[in-house]
Amino acid sequence: MSALSPNDTEAKPVASPLAAAPAKAAALIEANGLTRRFGGLTAVDAVDLAAAEGEFVSVIGPNGAGKTTLFNLITGLDRPDAGRVLYAAEDITAMPPKALAARRMARTFQHGRVFANLSVIDNVLIGAHARLSAARPRLGALAELALAAWRPAALRREEEALRREATDILRIFGERLLPRLDHPAHSLSYANRRRVEIARALALSPRLLLLDEPTAGMNPTETREMLEIIRDLKGRGLTILLIEHKLDMVMELSDRIIVMDNGRVIAQGKPAEVRHDPQVIEAYLGRAHRSAETEATAGGKRAGAAP
Amino acid sequence: MPGALLDYTVNGLIVGNIYMLLAVGLALIFGVSHLINFAHGSVYAVGAFIGWSAIHYLSTPLPATMLLVMVGCAVIGLAIERLGLRPLQNAPRIAPLLATIGISLVLDQLLQLVFGADPRSLPSQLPNWRIHLGGGTIGALDLLIFGIGVASAALLFGFLRFTKLGWAVRATALDRDAAKQVGVNVDAVNQLVFAIASALGGLSGLLVGMYYNTIDAGMGFQATLKGVVALLIGGMGNVPGAVVGSLLLGLIESYGIALFGTTYRNLFAFALLLIFLVFRPNGLFSNNRRPPPEPLTGTFVPPTSPVALPAWALAALAVAALALPLVIRNAYALQVLTNAWLYGILAVGLTLISGTVGLISLGHAGLLAIGGYASALLALDLGLPVAASVPLAGLVAALLGTALAFPAFRLRGHYVSIATLGMGEVVALVILNWESLTRGPLGVSGIPPLEIAGQPIYSPQGQYWLALIVMLLLAALQSRLLSSHLGRTWRAIREDDVAARSYGISLNRYKALAFGFGAFLAGVAGALTAHVYSYINFETFDSTLSILALTMVILGGMGNVIGAVFAAIALIALPEIFRGAADYRMLIYGVVLLLLIRFRPQGLMGTV
Amino acid sequence: MTALLELAGVNTAYGAVQVHFDLSLQVGEGQIVCLLGGNASGKSTTMKVVLGLLRPRSGSVTFDGASLAGLATPQIIRRGIGSVPESRRLFATMTVRENVLMGAYARSDRAEVAQDYQRMQDLFPRIAERASQQAGTLSGGEQQMVAMARALMGRPRLICMDEPTMGLSPIAVDQVLSLIETINRQGVTVFMVEQNATLALQIAHFGYVLQTGRIVLKGEGRDLLHNTEVQDAYLGGER
Repeated sequence: MSALSPNDTEAKPVASPLAAAPAKAAALIEANGLTRRFGGLTAVDAVDLAAAEGEFVSVIGPNGAGKTTLFNLITGLDRPDAGRVLYAAEDITAMPPKALAARRMARTFQHGRVFANLSVIDNVLIGAHARLSAARPRLGALAELALAAWRPAALRREEEALRREATDILRIFGERLLPRLDHPAHSLSYANRRRVEIARALALSPRLLLLDEPTAGMNPTETREMLEIIRDLKGRGLTILLIEHKLDMVMELSDRIIVMDNGRVIAQGKPAEVRHDPQVIEAYLGRAHRSAETEATAGGKRAGAAP
Repeated sequence: MPGALLDYTVNGLIVGNIYMLLAVGLALIFGVSHLINFAHGSVYAVGAFIGWSAIHYLSTPLPATMLLVMVGCAVIGLAIERLGLRPLQNAPRIAPLLATIGISLVLDQLLQLVFGADPRSLPSQLPNWRIHLGGGTIGALDLLIFGIGVASAALLFGFLRFTKLGWAVRATALDRDAAKQVGVNVDAVNQLVFAIASALGGLSGLLVGMYYNTIDAGMGFQATLKGVVALLIGGMGNVPGAVVGSLLLGLIESYGIALFGTTYRNLFAFALLLIFLVFRPNGLFSNNRRPPPEPLTGTFVPPTSPVALPAWALAALAVAALALPLVIRNAYALQVLTNAWLYGILAVGLTLISGTVGLISLGHAGLLAIGGYASALLALDLGLPVAASVPLAGLVAALLGTALAFPAFRLRGHYVSIATLGMGEVVALVILNWESLTRGPLGVSGIPPLEIAGQPIYSPQGQYWLALIVMLLLAALQSRLLSSHLGRTWRAIREDDVAARSYGISLNRYKALAFGFGAFLAGVAGALTAHVYSYINFETFDSTLSILALTMVILGGMGNVIGAVFAAIALIALPEIFRGAADYRMLIYGVVLLLLIRFRPQGLMGTV
Repeated sequence: MTALLELAGVNTAYGAVQVHFDLSLQVGEGQIVCLLGGNASGKSTTMKVVLGLLRPRSGSVTFDGASLAGLATPQIIRRGIGSVPESRRLFATMTVRENVLMGAYARSDRAEVAQDYQRMQDLFPRIAERASQQAGTLSGGEQQMVAMARALMGRPRLICMDEPTMGLSPIAVDQVLSLIETINRQGVTVFMVEQNATLALQIAHFGYVLQTGRIVLKGEGRDLLHNTEVQDAYLGGER
């Protein structure tokens, strides 16, 4: 039972009746009009977003564009002031993160949030928490305690199976993490910690994976490695939402790109379209300054062309 | 009866004014350093005693006394900030919280050593006239307290609103980094705030002493609770809110006394606490319905690797412990060690709650008391065999304790500490006052001894073995739980509860499980104690035991089961070698706690 | 042109992650100098190092010839450096007037402070209009004005601005940039970290481009403005 195939028959949410032809899949994740304000600042402004099953969608934009806030709204860490989120045709807008974990949505965090004092393997096993069934009986918390003390065979089997699976996941990263299974996460290099975070997300056996700057702080070699791994995940059919600043990586991997600036979506489309979109270039590099002192630059854009 | 209503209202406002002097200090400190100063009540007590000493030894007139109190307490506040808290500036937030707890223990113990534990009177120093107003009366002291309250609030308001330093305080509270970037010396602001807060707190203690004509070395603990409740009502860090919260608390207490009598006075504070924790954790004045984002979780210690004892070594130690009574016949020594095992049970349970999961519980003495009383009463009143009453008492402690602390689980860090502080106080209160159940101040005597299979155990050896075996079993059980998926789940909650939630972990559920299990152990420890001592009363499980238990947890290494046992032995058995220091024992514990937090937060055996 | 501010061989890191690699740059007196770069290039960290909010692992930071090493932020401010932090960071529940006056916290010349406040009101009319309003209720552009005024009240010789145009509407951006030029003409040296390269380079005398902690380009503002390599440094290699 591979952890990484999203086509498991277990825990499959009710699919839309139109999903018979996967090539024309209805959107797995859909956000409509998402808005989030912090006091006077609108961090996310009526954002629409959609990704079909198996699609790879990247969200890019300058600092402060609202990308991580958008992720927080989708994953239930924050509540939107307006708008809604649909996941497999279900309205998940008000759902807390743990409900979404049960629906096989996994995410990584912008600055990496591994459990520092837990070992590598424990970090990954936590990712599978939502999938524990023998250990987490419906009877409630006390039953869970009793089972943990008594450890019937079913429990031990589940734990061993999960351990094997976790080791398999870590194998994706070659020899980087396997020799360090029992090392506490705080003793790992920064790049390794980010890898552990991804492994943890994979242990949830996600259908939808949200990656927030997975290569932040990595050097070019490490970035390339991570790119290959993410490409591999894409090949296994996972639906992926990615926030990244390394735009060549984004261009290589994405089916579609959404560009945000100041909380709004200013462009979206295929990588080639977006790369040469003047609005996108302007968002990243800036508009001309309409000042009397400024010498007219040849072919300069007028400030009136604001998004 | 309008006259009586006026009396109660006046009384409520006066008491509210006294609380206000405490609470604004707490609000200032929280605003500037995001810290609940659990040592505040101790400063209040010190103030009362400085006042008493001034009046008694120097016969100072009232204004001079007040000045002495304020200055003295300001100096103490400066010392607390500079020596106790500033060195912990870059440590995780739990460190200063624990430090203030340690400081409070040290201060309380110093007071007790210097002045003794007995209450003493602090006469009012004012003329004895009363004004008649609308059917009620107002005395000179009432007016004085009211005047001081109003004046302090006004001065504080003026300071914050109109002076440069006051602006610096506000700016630092709002955005510490930005304040630095306009040239504010934020360290000096911290100092100033502590000095002001402590001066006001000390003054409050003096006034309370005069109002009730009594002071005692233990008065600080409850004062902290009242101040914190007022702070919670008004919104943490909100100075005007603290004023309103205090007056409200005073009024509710006063009307409550009118309706229910004085014995349950402190219950109202706790009831308010629970209500606000459940419905309005952000206080009365915030529109924010979401839990406040105060991050006080996270690892206390810089990541370290725990000392791992090989299994054979553990087995050898266990065997040695079991064999000890065959070698040592001294009854007293065995009793001390028995005590150590009982504390071991308590510490092991607490290290799960506070160490593994990171919920700093300040009311564990209350759980001990619940266990002790439950088992004693089940055995005496219901005639249950001790072998049954002890585990049942553990269950009672688990259920009650978890229920009382539950509202705080969905909130962060220090709210659990506040809730458990309140829990401890409430338990003590109920035990003292529900006389029909607990025999009140008389205590419960004639508690049947421990037994196995119907055979009573009277000998020190027998008690030793029973305590040791129960401890070993429970410690083993906890270790087993910790090595299961529960262990990593609990630790994940401590490390990063946002990431934990995102992976499906229900915080309430697992916090409750940990708290319940730890409380069960505490209850069993209390129950066994009751049967060993054969007499218990409300003083047997004193609130300082809560801090002692925490000290053991930190000394052993947070979350470290074996460490907790070693720490219990160290703190209970070792001091016996220095028998002459018995009076100073709690003081030494407090100092040990402070030193640990500062210099070796991972304790003896390391965090797990 | 003497360098008012100079960083030489600065290496900084957050824990295990190195952010700057032998960073060296100079800000000449009287100039507007901008430090450009994409996200995660290390721009904001540079500001933190200058202001003493982060200690570098090695290298030196000198202001007016004197080293700033080991000084606490308030002391650095008192040497004559003003700061307009990223996202303004006004004291939200304090009024606009209180915020601006806080900028003069380190000064003791009361009469002059009052005069300067008057001058701020002239320079930033909104300050007079909204003096008693809580700063947190202002729009982004207005907040930026207040933040600049607050920094100017300290009569700094050098102002450090961290992404002054972030999150502002185009009109507000224009106003902010005009103001930067105005205060520069009045003698204040400006060191500006910006993501918005085109804007910054149009008013800057000199610019540096930072990429993953290293200076990859530098030059006169006008030259960089027409340099296509700048775009590459931001958007990635291929066209």
